[in-house]
Amino acid sequence: MSPPFCSVRNLSVRYGLEAALKSVDLDIVRGERLAIIGESGSGKSTLARTLAGLLAERARIEGEITWPALGQAPLPGRDFGFVFQDPGTSLNPVLTIGEQVAEVARRHLRLDWRQAYVHAEGLLDRVRIPQPARAMRAFPHQLSGGQRQRVAIAAAIAAKPALLIADEATSALDVVVQAEIVRLLDGLVREEGMTLLFITHDIALASGFVDRVAVFRKGELVEAGPVRSVLSSPAESYTAALIANHRDLSTKPLITEVVS
Amino acid sequence: MTLLKRLLRTPEGTIGLVILAALLIAGLLAPAISPGDPLRIAGRALLSPFSDPSLPLGTDRLGRDVLAGLLYGARTSLAVGIAAALSAMLLGLFVGMAAGFAGGAIDEALMRVVDAFQIVPGFLLALAFVSIIGVSTPVVVFAIALGTWADPARLTRAQVLSIRERDYVAAARVIGMHPAEIAFKEILPNALPPVLALSATIVAGAILTEAALSFLGLGNPNLATWGSMIAEGRSVLRSAAYLSVLPGLALAITVLGVHLFSEGLTRALGHEGDSR
Repeated sequence: MSPPFCSVRNLSVRYGLEAALKSVDLDIVRGERLAIIGESGSGKSTLARTLAGLLAERARIEGEITWPALGQAPLPGRDFGFVFQDPGTSLNPVLTIGEQVAEVARRHLRLDWRQAYVHAEGLLDRVRIPQPARAMRAFPHQLSGGQRQRVAIAAAIAAKPALLIADEATSALDVVVQAEIVRLLDGLVREEGMTLLFITHDIALASGFVDRVAVFRKGELVEAGPVRSVLSSPAESYTAALIANHRDLSTKPLITEVVS
Repeated sequence: MTLLKRLLRTPEGTIGLVILAALLIAGLLAPAISPGDPLRIAGRALLSPFSDPSLPLGTDRLGRDVLAGLLYGARTSLAVGIAAALSAMLLGLFVGMAAGFAGGAIDEALMRVVDAFQIVPGFLLALAFVSIIGVSTPVVVFAIALGTWADPARLTRAQVLSIRERDYVAAARVIGMHPAEIAFKEILPNALPPVLALSATIVAGAILTEAALSFLGLGNPNLATWGSMIAEGRSVLRSAAYLSVLPGLALAITVLGVHLFSEGLTRALGHEGDSR
Protein backbone atom coordinates (compact mmCIF):
# COMPACT_ATOMS: atom_id res chain seq x y z
CA MET A 1 0.00 0.00 0.00
CA SER A 2 1.33 3.43 -0.92
CA PRO A 3 2.00 5.86 1.95
CA PRO A 4 -1.03 7.89 2.96
CA PHE A 5 -1.31 11.44 1.68
CA CYS A 6 -1.82 12.76 5.16
CA SER A 7 -1.53 10.90 8.40
CA VAL A 8 -3.10 12.07 11.66
CA ARG A 9 -1.82 10.35 14.79
CA ASN A 10 -3.21 10.70 18.29
CA LEU A 11 -4.41 14.23 17.56
CA SER A 12 -6.03 16.13 20.41
CA VAL A 13 -7.17 19.73 20.26
CA ARG A 14 -8.52 21.63 23.20
CA TYR A 15 -9.90 25.13 23.58
CA GLY A 16 -9.17 25.98 27.20
CA LEU A 17 -10.62 23.14 29.22
CA GLU A 18 -12.90 21.93 26.50
CA ALA A 19 -11.58 19.13 24.29
CA ALA A 20 -12.62 19.55 20.67
CA LEU A 21 -10.76 16.47 19.41
CA LYS A 22 -9.66 13.48 21.48
CA SER A 23 -6.76 11.34 20.24
CA VAL A 24 -7.88 10.97 16.65
CA ASP A 25 -6.07 8.60 14.28
CA LEU A 26 -6.90 8.98 10.62
CA ASP A 27 -5.18 8.46 7.29
CA ILE A 28 -6.10 10.30 4.15
CA VAL A 29 -5.18 8.27 1.08
CA ARG A 30 -4.04 10.08 -2.06
CA GLY A 31 -6.82 10.42 -4.58
CA GLU A 32 -9.62 9.31 -2.29
CA ARG A 33 -12.75 11.18 -1.46
CA LEU A 34 -13.18 11.09 2.28
CA ALA A 35 -16.22 12.44 4.09
CA ILE A 36 -15.94 13.54 7.70
CA ILE A 37 -19.40 13.24 9.18
CA GLY A 38 -20.66 14.48 12.50
CA GLU A 39 -23.14 16.69 14.26
CA SER A 40 -22.41 20.24 15.40
CA GLY A 41 -19.67 20.16 18.01
CA SER A 42 -18.39 16.76 16.92
CA GLY A 43 -14.98 18.25 16.13
CA LYS A 44 -15.17 17.77 12.38
CA SER A 45 -14.52 21.43 11.57
CA THR A 46 -11.75 21.53 14.16
CA LEU A 47 -10.09 18.66 12.30
CA ALA A 48 -10.35 20.53 9.01
CA ARG A 49 -9.03 23.73 10.52
CA THR A 50 -6.19 21.92 12.24
CA LEU A 51 -5.12 20.39 8.94
CA ALA A 52 -5.24 23.81 7.31
CA GLY A 53 -3.41 25.52 10.17
CA LEU A 54 -6.36 27.78 10.87
CA LEU A 55 -6.96 27.15 14.55
CA ALA A 56 -7.24 30.07 16.92
CA GLU A 57 -4.09 30.89 18.85
CA ARG A 58 -5.60 29.78 22.14
CA ALA A 59 -6.19 26.24 20.85
CA ARG A 60 -3.75 23.63 22.17
CA ILE A 61 -2.75 20.89 19.78
CA GLU A 62 -1.24 17.53 20.76
CA GLY A 63 -0.33 14.59 18.59
CA GLU A 64 1.06 14.83 15.12
CA ILE A 65 0.03 15.37 11.54
CA THR A 66 2.43 14.21 8.87
CA TRP A 67 2.24 14.52 5.12
CA PRO A 68 4.18 11.50 3.81
CA ALA A 69 3.23 12.15 0.19
CA LEU A 70 4.57 15.72 0.34
CA GLY A 71 7.58 14.99 2.51
CA GLN A 72 7.20 18.39 4.22
CA ALA A 73 4.63 20.66 5.79
CA PRO A 74 2.07 21.67 3.19
CA LEU A 75 2.15 25.16 1.74
CA PRO A 76 -1.31 26.69 2.15
CA GLY A 77 -2.93 27.37 -1.19
CA ARG A 78 -0.47 25.35 -3.24
CA ASP A 79 -0.76 21.96 -1.54
CA PHE A 80 -4.30 22.26 -0.33
CA GLY A 81 -7.31 24.42 -1.05
CA PHE A 82 -9.95 25.24 1.50
CA VAL A 83 -13.63 25.97 0.88
CA PHE A 84 -15.51 27.58 3.76
CA GLN A 85 -19.07 27.06 4.87
CA ASP A 86 -20.54 30.46 4.11
CA PRO A 87 -19.51 31.95 0.77
CA GLY A 88 -21.11 35.22 1.92
CA THR A 89 -18.29 35.73 4.40
CA SER A 90 -15.39 33.83 2.86
CA LEU A 91 -15.02 36.27 -0.04
CA ASN A 92 -13.65 39.74 0.63
CA PRO A 93 -16.48 42.24 -0.05
CA VAL A 94 -14.18 44.99 -1.37
CA LEU A 95 -12.20 42.95 -3.90
CA THR A 96 -13.54 41.82 -7.26
CA ILE A 97 -14.09 38.14 -7.98
CA GLY A 98 -11.31 38.24 -10.55
CA GLU A 99 -8.78 39.68 -8.11
CA GLN A 100 -9.56 37.07 -5.48
CA VAL A 101 -9.28 34.08 -7.82
CA ALA A 102 -6.29 35.48 -9.72
CA GLU A 103 -4.45 36.23 -6.48
CA VAL A 104 -4.12 32.50 -5.71
CA ALA A 105 -2.92 31.66 -9.20
CA ARG A 106 -0.47 34.55 -9.26
CA ARG A 107 0.97 33.58 -5.91
CA HIS A 108 1.50 29.88 -6.46
CA LEU A 109 1.76 29.40 -10.22
CA ARG A 110 4.18 32.32 -10.64
CA LEU A 111 2.04 34.06 -13.19
CA ASP A 112 1.95 37.80 -13.70
CA TRP A 113 -1.35 39.55 -13.10
CA ARG A 114 -2.43 39.39 -16.74
CA GLN A 115 -1.79 35.66 -17.05
CA ALA A 116 -3.39 35.09 -13.64
CA TYR A 117 -6.52 36.89 -14.82
CA VAL A 118 -6.71 34.70 -17.91
CA HIS A 119 -6.23 31.64 -15.71
CA ALA A 120 -8.91 32.87 -13.28
CA GLU A 121 -11.40 33.43 -16.08
CA GLY A 122 -10.81 29.87 -17.26
CA LEU A 123 -11.42 28.63 -13.72
CA LEU A 124 -14.68 30.53 -13.43
CA ASP A 125 -15.76 28.87 -16.64
CA ARG A 126 -14.79 25.47 -15.23
CA VAL A 127 -16.92 25.99 -12.12
CA ARG A 128 -19.70 26.98 -14.52
CA ILE A 129 -20.16 30.62 -13.64
CA PRO A 130 -22.25 32.12 -16.44
CA GLN A 131 -20.48 34.93 -18.32
CA PRO A 132 -17.10 34.52 -16.60
CA ALA A 133 -15.69 37.69 -18.16
CA ARG A 134 -18.41 39.75 -16.51
CA ALA A 135 -18.18 37.88 -13.22
CA MET A 136 -14.46 38.69 -13.07
CA ARG A 137 -15.30 42.36 -12.60
CA ALA A 138 -18.19 41.75 -10.20
CA PHE A 139 -18.04 42.08 -6.43
CA PRO A 140 -19.17 39.18 -4.23
CA HIS A 141 -22.47 40.82 -3.23
CA GLN A 142 -23.54 40.89 -6.87
CA LEU A 143 -23.55 37.09 -7.10
CA SER A 144 -25.97 34.55 -5.68
CA GLY A 145 -24.99 32.24 -2.82
CA GLY A 146 -24.44 29.27 -5.10
CA GLN A 147 -22.36 31.34 -7.52
CA ARG A 148 -20.29 32.70 -4.67
CA GLN A 149 -19.54 29.17 -3.49
CA ARG A 150 -18.50 28.29 -7.05
CA VAL A 151 -16.14 31.27 -6.98
CA ALA A 152 -14.75 30.11 -3.62
CA ILE A 153 -14.17 26.67 -5.11
CA ALA A 154 -12.48 28.21 -8.15
CA ALA A 155 -10.16 30.15 -5.83
CA ALA A 156 -9.44 27.03 -3.78
CA ILE A 157 -8.42 24.96 -6.81
CA ALA A 158 -6.66 27.82 -8.64
CA ALA A 159 -3.16 26.61 -7.76
CA LYS A 160 -4.03 22.98 -8.59
CA PRO A 161 -3.67 21.71 -5.01
CA ALA A 162 -3.43 17.97 -4.36
CA LEU A 163 -5.96 18.18 -1.54
CA LEU A 164 -9.24 20.05 -1.39
CA ILE A 165 -10.79 20.57 2.02
CA ALA A 166 -14.47 21.50 1.89
CA ASP A 167 -15.61 22.50 5.36
CA GLU A 168 -19.43 22.31 5.33
CA ALA A 169 -19.18 23.83 1.87
CA THR A 170 -22.81 23.12 1.09
CA SER A 171 -24.45 23.79 4.46
CA ALA A 172 -25.28 27.43 3.85
CA LEU A 173 -26.99 26.68 0.54
CA ASP A 174 -30.43 25.42 -0.35
CA VAL A 175 -30.98 21.79 -1.31
CA VAL A 176 -31.00 22.25 -5.08
CA VAL A 177 -27.82 24.33 -5.04
CA GLN A 178 -26.27 21.84 -2.61
CA ALA A 179 -26.70 19.06 -5.14
CA GLU A 180 -25.15 21.24 -7.87
CA ILE A 181 -22.14 22.09 -5.73
CA VAL A 182 -21.64 18.44 -4.80
CA ARG A 183 -21.80 17.48 -8.46
CA LEU A 184 -19.28 20.21 -9.28
CA LEU A 185 -16.89 19.12 -6.53
CA ASP A 186 -17.24 15.50 -7.59
CA GLY A 187 -16.47 16.33 -11.21
CA LEU A 188 -13.51 18.59 -10.43
CA VAL A 189 -11.96 16.08 -8.05
CA ARG A 190 -12.28 13.30 -10.62
CA GLU A 191 -10.86 15.37 -13.46
CA GLU A 192 -7.92 16.73 -11.49
CA GLY A 193 -7.22 13.56 -9.50
CA MET A 194 -7.43 15.61 -6.34
CA THR A 195 -7.92 14.23 -2.87
CA LEU A 196 -11.12 15.52 -1.32
CA LEU A 197 -11.88 15.97 2.33
CA PHE A 198 -15.60 16.66 2.49
CA ILE A 199 -16.77 17.76 5.91
CA THR A 200 -20.50 17.68 6.47
CA HIS A 201 -23.28 16.89 8.93
CA ASP A 202 -25.33 15.41 6.13
CA ILE A 203 -24.50 11.72 5.80
CA ALA A 204 -26.90 11.27 2.92
CA LEU A 205 -25.40 14.08 0.86
CA ALA A 206 -21.88 12.77 1.38
CA SER A 207 -22.58 9.09 0.87
CA GLY A 208 -23.72 9.76 -2.68
CA PHE A 209 -20.24 10.49 -3.99
CA VAL A 210 -17.44 9.76 -1.54
CA ASP A 211 -15.28 6.60 -1.26
CA ARG A 212 -14.84 6.53 2.47
CA VAL A 213 -16.56 8.05 5.50
CA ALA A 214 -15.26 8.86 8.97
CA VAL A 215 -17.92 9.45 11.61
CA PHE A 216 -17.13 11.80 14.48
CA ARG A 217 -18.96 12.26 17.74
CA LYS A 218 -18.02 14.57 20.62
CA GLY A 219 -14.45 14.91 19.40
CA GLU A 220 -13.84 11.23 18.88
CA LEU A 221 -13.60 9.19 15.73
CA VAL A 222 -16.47 6.72 16.03
CA GLU A 223 -15.76 4.67 12.96
CA ALA A 224 -14.20 4.96 9.55
CA GLY A 225 -14.43 2.79 6.50
CA PRO A 226 -15.60 2.42 2.92
CA VAL A 227 -18.92 4.16 2.44
CA ARG A 228 -20.82 1.01 1.44
CA SER A 229 -19.77 -1.10 4.39
CA VAL A 230 -20.29 1.69 6.93
CA LEU A 231 -23.74 2.46 5.62
CA SER A 232 -24.93 -1.11 5.15
CA SER A 233 -23.48 -2.57 8.34
CA PRO A 234 -22.43 0.16 10.74
CA ALA A 235 -20.18 -1.17 13.50
CA GLU A 236 -21.25 1.44 16.01
CA SER A 237 -24.72 2.11 17.29
CA TYR A 238 -24.18 5.86 16.91
CA THR A 239 -23.52 5.48 13.19
CA ALA A 240 -26.58 3.28 12.89
CA ALA A 241 -28.65 5.91 14.67
CA LEU A 242 -27.27 8.62 12.40
CA ILE A 243 -28.22 6.61 9.34
CA ALA A 244 -31.60 5.68 10.75
CA ASN A 245 -32.34 9.31 11.46
CA HIS A 246 -31.62 10.16 7.90
CA ARG A 247 -33.86 7.49 6.50
CA ASP A 248 -36.84 9.35 7.83
CA LEU A 249 -35.95 12.56 6.03
CA SER A 250 -36.55 13.60 2.50
CA THR A 251 -33.10 12.34 1.54
CA LYS A 252 -34.36 8.75 1.50
CA PRO A 253 -33.57 7.91 -2.12
CA LEU A 254 -29.88 8.66 -1.74
CA ILE A 255 -29.55 6.31 1.21
CA THR A 256 -31.50 3.44 -0.29
CA GLU A 257 -29.54 3.69 -3.46
CA VAL A 258 -26.31 3.12 -1.58
CA VAL A 259 -27.68 0.48 0.76
CA SER A 260 -29.24 -1.74 -1.90
CA MET B 1 -17.68 57.30 -8.75
CA THR B 2 -20.63 55.61 -7.14
CA LEU B 3 -19.74 56.94 -3.70
CA LEU B 4 -19.97 60.51 -4.98
CA LYS B 5 -23.34 59.71 -6.58
CA ARG B 6 -24.65 58.26 -3.35
CA LEU B 7 -23.27 61.26 -1.47
CA LEU B 8 -25.09 63.65 -3.80
CA ARG B 9 -28.32 61.70 -3.30
CA THR B 10 -28.43 62.80 0.34
CA PRO B 11 -29.44 66.46 0.85
CA GLU B 12 -26.93 66.98 3.69
CA GLY B 13 -24.15 65.55 1.57
CA THR B 14 -25.01 67.86 -1.33
CA ILE B 15 -25.17 70.99 0.84
CA GLY B 16 -21.97 70.05 2.67
CA LEU B 17 -20.17 69.37 -0.57
CA VAL B 18 -21.33 72.70 -2.07
CA ILE B 19 -20.20 74.64 1.02
CA LEU B 20 -16.82 72.90 1.09
CA ALA B 21 -16.33 73.33 -2.66
CA ALA B 22 -17.16 77.05 -2.35
CA LEU B 23 -14.68 77.45 0.51
CA LEU B 24 -12.03 75.55 -1.38
CA ILE B 25 -12.52 77.72 -4.47
CA ALA B 26 -12.50 80.88 -2.33
CA GLY B 27 -9.26 79.78 -0.71
CA LEU B 28 -7.65 78.82 -4.00
CA LEU B 29 -8.74 81.99 -5.78
CA ALA B 30 -7.80 84.29 -2.89
CA PRO B 31 -4.69 85.69 -4.63
CA ALA B 32 -6.77 86.45 -7.73
CA ILE B 33 -9.66 88.12 -5.91
CA SER B 34 -7.55 90.06 -3.41
CA PRO B 35 -4.00 90.29 -4.69
CA GLY B 36 -1.21 91.14 -2.30
CA ASP B 37 -0.56 90.47 1.35
CA PRO B 38 -3.87 90.20 3.20
CA LEU B 39 -2.20 91.63 6.31
CA ARG B 40 -1.06 94.86 4.62
CA ILE B 41 -2.79 98.16 5.25
CA ALA B 42 -5.25 98.51 2.39
CA GLY B 43 -7.17 101.64 3.26
CA ARG B 44 -8.66 103.80 5.98
CA ALA B 45 -9.09 102.02 9.33
CA LEU B 46 -12.50 100.77 10.47
CA LEU B 47 -14.23 101.27 7.15
CA SER B 48 -17.66 99.64 7.49
CA PRO B 49 -18.77 97.02 4.95
CA PHE B 50 -20.38 98.00 1.63
CA SER B 51 -19.13 101.59 1.84
CA ASP B 52 -16.16 101.30 -0.52
CA PRO B 53 -16.45 99.15 -3.70
CA SER B 54 -12.74 98.30 -3.62
CA LEU B 55 -13.00 97.08 -0.01
CA PRO B 56 -16.46 95.42 -0.05
CA LEU B 57 -16.37 94.11 3.51
CA GLY B 58 -14.60 97.10 4.99
CA THR B 59 -11.36 97.25 6.97
CA ASP B 60 -10.27 96.49 10.53
CA ARG B 61 -8.65 98.66 13.16
CA LEU B 62 -5.37 98.78 11.25
CA GLY B 63 -7.00 99.31 7.85
CA ARG B 64 -6.57 95.72 6.63
CA ASP B 65 -9.00 94.37 4.05
CA VAL B 66 -11.57 92.14 5.82
CA LEU B 67 -12.55 90.28 2.62
CA ALA B 68 -8.91 89.42 1.93
CA GLY B 69 -8.55 88.26 5.51
CA LEU B 70 -11.61 86.01 5.17
CA LEU B 71 -10.41 84.51 1.87
CA TYR B 72 -6.88 83.85 3.06
CA GLY B 73 -8.30 82.69 6.39
CA ALA B 74 -10.27 80.02 4.52
CA ARG B 75 -6.97 78.81 3.13
CA THR B 76 -5.37 78.57 6.55
CA SER B 77 -8.41 76.99 8.19
CA LEU B 78 -8.89 74.33 5.54
CA ALA B 79 -5.19 73.59 5.10
CA VAL B 80 -4.48 73.30 8.81
CA GLY B 81 -7.75 71.45 9.47
CA ILE B 82 -7.26 68.91 6.70
CA ALA B 83 -3.53 68.44 7.37
CA ALA B 84 -4.14 67.93 11.09
CA ALA B 85 -7.02 65.52 10.49
CA LEU B 86 -4.99 63.63 7.90
CA SER B 87 -2.03 63.19 10.24
CA ALA B 88 -4.37 62.21 13.10
CA MET B 89 -6.09 59.66 10.84
CA LEU B 90 -2.82 58.19 9.59
CA LEU B 91 -1.39 57.91 13.08
CA GLY B 92 -4.67 56.52 14.41
CA LEU B 93 -4.97 53.99 11.59
CA PHE B 94 -1.40 52.85 12.04
CA VAL B 95 -1.65 52.46 15.82
CA GLY B 96 -5.11 50.89 15.64
CA MET B 97 -4.01 48.41 12.98
CA ALA B 98 -0.90 47.49 14.92
CA ALA B 99 -2.82 47.04 18.17
CA GLY B 100 -5.67 45.07 16.65
CA PHE B 101 -3.46 42.90 14.51
CA ALA B 102 -0.67 42.17 16.97
CA GLY B 103 -2.90 41.67 20.00
CA GLY B 104 -1.48 40.63 23.35
CA ALA B 105 1.05 42.84 25.10
CA ILE B 106 1.53 45.20 22.14
CA ASP B 107 -2.23 45.80 22.02
CA GLU B 108 -2.37 46.46 25.76
CA ALA B 109 0.59 48.86 25.66
CA LEU B 110 -0.68 50.82 22.66
CA MET B 111 -4.17 51.07 24.09
CA ARG B 112 -2.86 52.50 27.38
CA VAL B 113 -1.06 55.16 25.35
CA VAL B 114 -4.34 55.86 23.56
CA ASP B 115 -6.08 56.09 26.95
CA ALA B 116 -3.50 58.61 28.10
CA PHE B 117 -4.21 60.82 25.10
CA GLN B 118 -7.97 60.41 25.40
CA ILE B 119 -8.17 61.57 29.02
CA VAL B 120 -6.29 64.81 28.33
CA PRO B 121 -8.58 67.38 26.66
CA GLY B 122 -7.30 67.75 23.10
CA PHE B 123 -7.38 71.53 23.18
CA LEU B 124 -5.32 71.81 26.37
CA LEU B 125 -2.80 69.38 24.92
CA ALA B 126 -2.51 71.46 21.73
CA LEU B 127 -2.26 74.66 23.79
CA ALA B 128 0.52 73.27 25.97
CA PHE B 129 2.35 71.81 23.01
CA VAL B 130 2.31 75.02 20.95
CA SER B 131 3.29 77.25 23.87
CA ILE B 132 6.27 75.02 24.66
CA ILE B 133 7.57 74.30 21.15
CA GLY B 134 6.72 77.66 19.61
CA VAL B 135 4.36 78.86 16.93
CA SER B 136 4.66 77.65 13.36
CA THR B 137 2.16 76.00 11.03
CA PRO B 138 3.62 72.46 11.20
CA VAL B 139 3.71 72.65 14.99
CA VAL B 140 0.08 73.78 15.10
CA VAL B 141 -0.89 70.92 12.76
CA PHE B 142 0.99 68.40 14.86
CA ALA B 143 -0.41 69.80 18.10
CA ILE B 144 -3.99 69.43 16.85
CA ALA B 145 -3.30 65.93 15.51
CA LEU B 146 -1.90 64.95 18.90
CA GLY B 147 -5.23 65.65 20.53
CA THR B 148 -7.37 63.84 17.96
CA TRP B 149 -5.57 60.69 16.85
CA ALA B 150 -6.83 58.56 19.74
CA ASP B 151 -10.42 58.24 18.48
CA PRO B 152 -9.53 56.86 15.03
CA ALA B 153 -6.98 54.57 16.69
CA ARG B 154 -9.63 53.09 18.94
CA LEU B 155 -12.16 52.74 16.15
CA THR B 156 -9.61 51.13 13.81
CA ARG B 157 -8.58 48.65 16.48
CA ALA B 158 -12.19 47.66 17.12
CA GLN B 159 -12.75 47.19 13.38
CA VAL B 160 -9.59 45.14 12.95
CA LEU B 161 -10.47 42.92 15.91
CA SER B 162 -13.80 42.11 14.32
CA ILE B 163 -12.57 41.78 10.73
CA ARG B 164 -9.56 39.60 11.48
CA GLU B 165 -11.92 36.84 12.60
CA ARG B 166 -13.90 36.89 9.34
CA ASP B 167 -13.75 33.95 7.00
CA TYR B 168 -12.20 35.91 4.16
CA VAL B 169 -9.19 36.63 6.35
CA ALA B 170 -8.94 32.91 7.13
CA ALA B 171 -9.36 32.31 3.39
CA ALA B 172 -6.47 34.68 2.72
CA ARG B 173 -4.39 32.74 5.23
CA VAL B 174 -5.13 29.39 3.59
CA ILE B 175 -3.96 30.68 0.24
CA GLY B 176 -0.67 31.52 1.92
CA MET B 177 -0.85 35.31 2.08
CA HIS B 178 1.72 37.09 4.21
CA PRO B 179 0.27 38.68 7.40
CA ALA B 180 1.34 42.16 6.32
CA GLU B 181 -0.40 41.64 2.99
CA ILE B 182 -3.50 40.42 4.79
CA ALA B 183 -3.43 43.54 6.96
CA PHE B 184 -3.19 45.98 4.07
CA LYS B 185 -5.12 44.17 1.37
CA GLU B 186 -7.85 42.29 3.21
CA ILE B 187 -8.39 44.08 6.51
CA LEU B 188 -7.57 47.76 5.96
CA PRO B 189 -10.01 48.40 3.08
CA ASN B 190 -12.82 46.83 5.10
CA ALA B 191 -11.91 48.69 8.29
CA LEU B 192 -11.77 52.05 6.53
CA PRO B 193 -15.41 53.17 6.00
CA PRO B 194 -16.35 53.99 9.64
CA VAL B 195 -12.96 55.61 10.20
CA LEU B 196 -13.49 57.63 7.02
CA ALA B 197 -16.85 58.80 8.33
CA LEU B 198 -15.13 59.91 11.52
CA SER B 199 -12.55 61.85 9.53
CA ALA B 200 -14.92 64.66 8.60
CA THR B 201 -15.80 65.22 12.25
CA ILE B 202 -12.10 65.33 13.00
CA VAL B 203 -11.58 67.96 10.28
CA ALA B 204 -14.33 70.10 11.84
CA GLY B 205 -12.78 69.74 15.28
CA ALA B 206 -9.35 70.56 13.91
CA ILE B 207 -10.62 73.73 12.22
CA LEU B 208 -12.20 74.88 15.49
CA THR B 209 -9.07 74.08 17.48
CA GLU B 210 -6.93 75.99 15.00
CA ALA B 211 -9.26 78.99 15.28
CA ALA B 212 -9.18 78.79 19.06
CA LEU B 213 -5.39 78.64 19.08
CA SER B 214 -5.18 81.67 16.76
CA PHE B 215 -7.73 83.47 18.90
CA LEU B 216 -5.37 83.02 21.84
CA GLY B 217 -2.50 84.32 19.75
CA LEU B 218 -0.94 80.90 19.26
CA GLY B 219 -1.50 80.74 15.50
CA ASN B 220 1.12 81.59 12.93
CA PRO B 221 1.22 85.45 13.11
CA ASN B 222 2.27 85.73 9.47
CA LEU B 223 -0.91 84.12 8.22
CA ALA B 224 -4.39 85.57 8.11
CA THR B 225 -6.62 83.35 10.24
CA TRP B 226 -10.24 83.62 11.28
CA GLY B 227 -9.36 83.06 14.92
CA SER B 228 -6.96 85.97 15.03
CA MET B 229 -9.48 88.17 13.15
CA ILE B 230 -12.12 87.43 15.78
CA ALA B 231 -9.60 88.22 18.50
CA GLU B 232 -8.65 91.50 16.77
CA GLY B 233 -12.27 92.55 16.43
CA ARG B 234 -13.06 91.78 20.05
CA SER B 235 -11.71 95.13 21.29
CA VAL B 236 -14.07 97.08 19.03
CA LEU B 237 -16.98 94.67 19.40
CA ARG B 238 -19.49 97.44 20.27
CA SER B 239 -18.56 99.92 17.55
CA ALA B 240 -17.60 97.50 14.75
CA ALA B 241 -19.14 94.13 15.54
CA TYR B 242 -18.77 93.01 11.93
CA LEU B 243 -15.03 92.55 12.49
CA SER B 244 -15.70 89.62 14.80
CA VAL B 245 -19.05 88.50 13.37
CA LEU B 246 -17.87 87.99 9.77
CA PRO B 247 -14.97 85.62 10.51
CA GLY B 248 -17.17 83.97 13.16
CA LEU B 249 -19.84 83.34 10.53
CA ALA B 250 -17.23 82.00 8.13
CA LEU B 251 -16.05 79.61 10.82
CA ALA B 252 -19.57 78.50 11.69
CA ILE B 253 -20.45 77.89 8.01
CA THR B 254 -17.24 75.92 7.45
CA VAL B 255 -17.80 73.66 10.44
CA LEU B 256 -21.45 73.24 9.45
CA GLY B 257 -20.39 72.34 5.91
CA VAL B 258 -17.90 69.77 7.16
CA HIS B 259 -20.47 68.24 9.49
CA LEU B 260 -23.13 68.04 6.77
CA PHE B 261 -20.58 66.49 4.44
CA SER B 262 -19.66 63.98 7.13
CA GLU B 263 -23.32 63.17 7.72
CA GLY B 264 -23.85 62.57 4.02
CA LEU B 265 -20.67 60.52 3.81
CA THR B 266 -21.77 58.33 6.71
CA ARG B 267 -25.10 57.70 5.05
CA ALA B 268 -23.49 57.05 1.66
CA LEU B 269 -21.00 54.62 3.20
CA GLY B 270 -23.79 52.96 5.14
CA HIS B 271 -25.45 51.99 1.87
CA GLU B 272 -22.23 50.53 0.53
CA GLY B 273 -23.34 46.92 1.03
CA ASP B 274 -26.61 47.39 -0.85
CA SER B 275 -26.67 45.80 -4.24
CA ARG B 276 -28.87 48.49 -5.70
